[in-house]
Amino acid sequence: MSGFISIFLTCLVFFIIYQIAKASELAGILRGEEKTKAQTNRLMGWLLVAFFLLGLYGIYQCHIDMIDKMLPVSASDHGVQYDSMLYITLVVTGIVFFLTQTALFWFAFRYQASEHRKAHFYSHNNKLEVIWTTIPAIAMALLVIVGLKNWGTMTSDAPKDAMVVEIVGKQFNWITRYPGKDGVLGKKDFRMTNDVDNVLGMDWNDKNNHDDVVMQNGELHLVKGKPVKLIIGSRDVIHDVGLPHFRMKMDAVPGIITTMWFTPTITTKEMKEITGNPDFVYEISCDQMCGKGHYSMRGTVIVHSEAEFRAWMRMQKPYYAGNKAPEKSAPAQPEQKTDSVNAITMK
Amino acid sequence: MSDVIIQGPNVAHTYSAHGEHHGHEHHEQHFITKWIFSQDHKIIGKQFLVTGIIWAIIGALMSVFFRLQLGFPDETFPIMEKFLGEWAKGGKLSPEFYYALVTMHGTILVFFVLTAGLSGTFANLLIPLQIGARDMASPFMNMLSYWFFFLASIVMFVSLFVQTGPASGGWTTYPPLSALKEASLGSGLGMDLWLISMALFVVSSLLGGLNYISTILNMRTKGMAMTRMPLTIWALLFTAVLGVLSFPVLLSGFVLLIFDRNFGTSFYLSEIFIAGKALPNIGGSAILYQHLFWFLGHPEVYIIMLPGMGIASEILSCHSRKPIFGYFAMIISLIGITVLAFLVWAHHMFVTGMSPFLGSIFVLLTLLIAVPSAVKVFNWLTTIWKGKIRFTVPMLFAIGFVSLFISGGLTGIFLGNSALDIHLHDTYFVVAHFHIVMGVSAFFGMFAGIYHWFPKMYGRFMNNTLGYIHFFLTFAGAYLIFWPMHYEGIAGMPRRYYDYSAWESFSQFDSLNSFISIVAVTVFFAQLLFVVNFFVSIFRGRKCLVQNPWQSPSLEWTTPINPGHGNWVGEIPTVHRWPYDYKDDGHGNDFIPQTTPLREGEESH
Repeated sequence: MSGFISIFLTCLVFFIIYQIAKASELAGILRGEEKTKAQTNRLMGWLLVAFFLLGLYGIYQCHIDMIDKMLPVSASDHGVQYDSMLYITLVVTGIVFFLTQTALFWFAFRYQASEHRKAHFYSHNNKLEVIWTTIPAIAMALLVIVGLKNWGTMTSDAPKDAMVVEIVGKQFNWITRYPGKDGVLGKKDFRMTNDVDNVLGMDWNDKNNHDDVVMQNGELHLVKGKPVKLIIGSRDVIHDVGLPHFRMKMDAVPGIITTMWFTPTITTKEMKEITGNPDFVYEISCDQMCGKGHYSMRGTVIVHSEAEFRAWMRMQKPYYAGNKAPEKSAPAQPEQKTDSVNAITMK
Repeated sequence: MSDVIIQGPNVAHTYSAHGEHHGHEHHEQHFITKWIFSQDHKIIGKQFLVTGIIWAIIGALMSVFFRLQLGFPDETFPIMEKFLGEWAKGGKLSPEFYYALVTMHGTILVFFVLTAGLSGTFANLLIPLQIGARDMASPFMNMLSYWFFFLASIVMFVSLFVQTGPASGGWTTYPPLSALKEASLGSGLGMDLWLISMALFVVSSLLGGLNYISTILNMRTKGMAMTRMPLTIWALLFTAVLGVLSFPVLLSGFVLLIFDRNFGTSFYLSEIFIAGKALPNIGGSAILYQHLFWFLGHPEVYIIMLPGMGIASEILSCHSRKPIFGYFAMIISLIGITVLAFLVWAHHMFVTGMSPFLGSIFVLLTLLIAVPSAVKVFNWLTTIWKGKIRFTVPMLFAIGFVSLFISGGLTGIFLGNSALDIHLHDTYFVVAHFHIVMGVSAFFGMFAGIYHWFPKMYGRFMNNTLGYIHFFLTFAGAYLIFWPMHYEGIAGMPRRYYDYSAWESFSQFDSLNSFISIVAVTVFFAQLLFVVNFFVSIFRGRKCLVQNPWQSPSLEWTTPINPGHGNWVGEIPTVHRWPYDYKDDGHGNDFIPQTTPLREGEESH
């Protein structure tokens, strides 16, 4: 019922606005069209100026309100490059934004019609065209150079000593795999996948698989100062490993392997101090639409110091031991005491 | 130009551009041939417009529903259940339908409103009127173009009501999500209907586009050299070229997807384990679809933008009483944008695992496209400089268009640079960017055009006061909604999320999300004001009593106030000068119509 009342009220409001608008038009005609037009024109000129000034204030206010809610300092080396490049681009585009918008609103106000004004017939000027083709071209060239330099670093081959971790997306969570003592991730065949004892489709004939550690709680454990190369895959549809705090992102595409590498520079513990937020946690967000649970496809990154990481790794049992190893006495995986925030439940 | 023959059930006369006019019988037309299966370009334009407006209302209403979810994830809205039934049980949107709404909102707005509704309307209305033709090259094909669009609309509309819901994989419908019924409810029947509808849409777009191109190239009146065409026509020409060259590629992508979905092929599928079993498909590439999609998808952005640019050029010049500045620079920049539009598609794919080297090339080409765009902005600014500006409603919308185009264009520089895109990709920064530039800005071009040419379409004016209210509410609303979204994007907030409250990194924007939602709902109602104004003014608006209410030199204003099929009574006028001759004609007017012969010693342009 209340729905119908609100629809009725909306219609009524519309009707009233329409009638007022119509009346104002008629009144304008009665008062003399030319005079009304001149008045309206002046009013609109002022309204545009007001819009511009309020807009500038709005930009300022928005910035004040938002600045505390932005990401903390970048937690990876690539992210630092990203931040400085973002800043450069902001400055360049900010200047252009301010100049062109000011010109637009100022010209509109300054050259509004009046009895005395005569438009200046000015149809072209090739010199001007050349100038304002060249300047943006140079500015763009500079941004391209900065961009490609950074892009080159970010997408270059990972350093030889980088640790390798596999991260695989599935609807709707992340699975991670560590190569174990041998430092090699074993072969996979998607046809061997099952949700009971082989979530990644690891080929048990490959001995390299026997010491690999698999985590299904969405945690990615990294080491501060040690480059990490992520081997990214997907079991079903396209996902995307989004690491906002590290300013990195890469799609997880079924059928192909994608990679990205970076060096974490701040541990989770340090970041809690930097942000002053005891609940702080690095999150992995799925950034590619992957179905109804897309919004809940959350993982966490835990950045340890070297010693902490080794201690943590010692506690982990190889996936093979827990699932396929011949001796049945293998203990279940220990309860993983973790650093992520209390496991969240998604609606 | 030689004889022009227009055939069809309505008109069957031969017109000669050289003079003799073979009579123009006013035989009564049946209601159906006059208003429904009409071959008159003006009626077809109106059909596109009205269909576009209806779709725009539906698409905008969808955004209201999902904005309510985003802004108030903990509230329930019983009224939503009335509209959506099971999908919003207890007034709370289900995630499945949230994604369906997002998908359909994108599809509808991008294709049905800003492609068909925008260039369908203005190409049909303006091309024959502004180049001096009686109708399109093929009025029959033109009619078919609308009816294929109508058919596409019906199929898409039906898909909203199927049991498993409409397509829900995003408007880009990336496989495997869209290819596998197991992956999502919306990938069932809804997705099949989506593909069928889009295939019909491509047919409509091609029929229309080919017609626009051939009309512009072949049917200009005597004296209407290409370099005397208004910029609207130039823009619509390149829009059509973009569509004709890129839509077939999209169709090919869709056909492969249909095969993958229904006939067991593996074009896009490889090594997939879903719903507890491994699929047999091996060797396909999910990235292939993205290449095919964005090969249209990016030119599509310019298909949406160019008509607005043309319209804004025309209106800024007319209402500043000044010629467009740098007419040739404007044409060259249009050409530049058109060519580059085909060479930048992979900037949507920087983080898909595409070769980083390929990415570098696309960075270069993408940022290059900023140059012709910047040239256009500077030319518009110089056009209004030292003018005599009348703040009519279309003029305000054209100014708004330029403002939004600058704002949205500049953020494109961030996203086109792959090293920044690596963080900003698929965040709210992208949402803010494309909504400002190809959403609201293109809409402003469309509104400007509707307010400006309404007298030509219906012989009446739209209500000015409502127009002004509509303008300021929409302009302010657009910035209030999308400006803060840039911050969310820089903070890494991903798009297409149903609920952010469980995220440590993104939940701090909850109050901002509510604010945006409130503004969005308000702006939605402001658009209804426009809709009311539009439909009431068709029947009750102030009558246009003069032939040329805006005192514009271009050709469409030399037709009668309510032109019949064939546009001009008697001969088609001959053109002697360019369409922006805003100078003293010696009789107290500040413009010289294109049909006025050059004066002694005057140069044409």
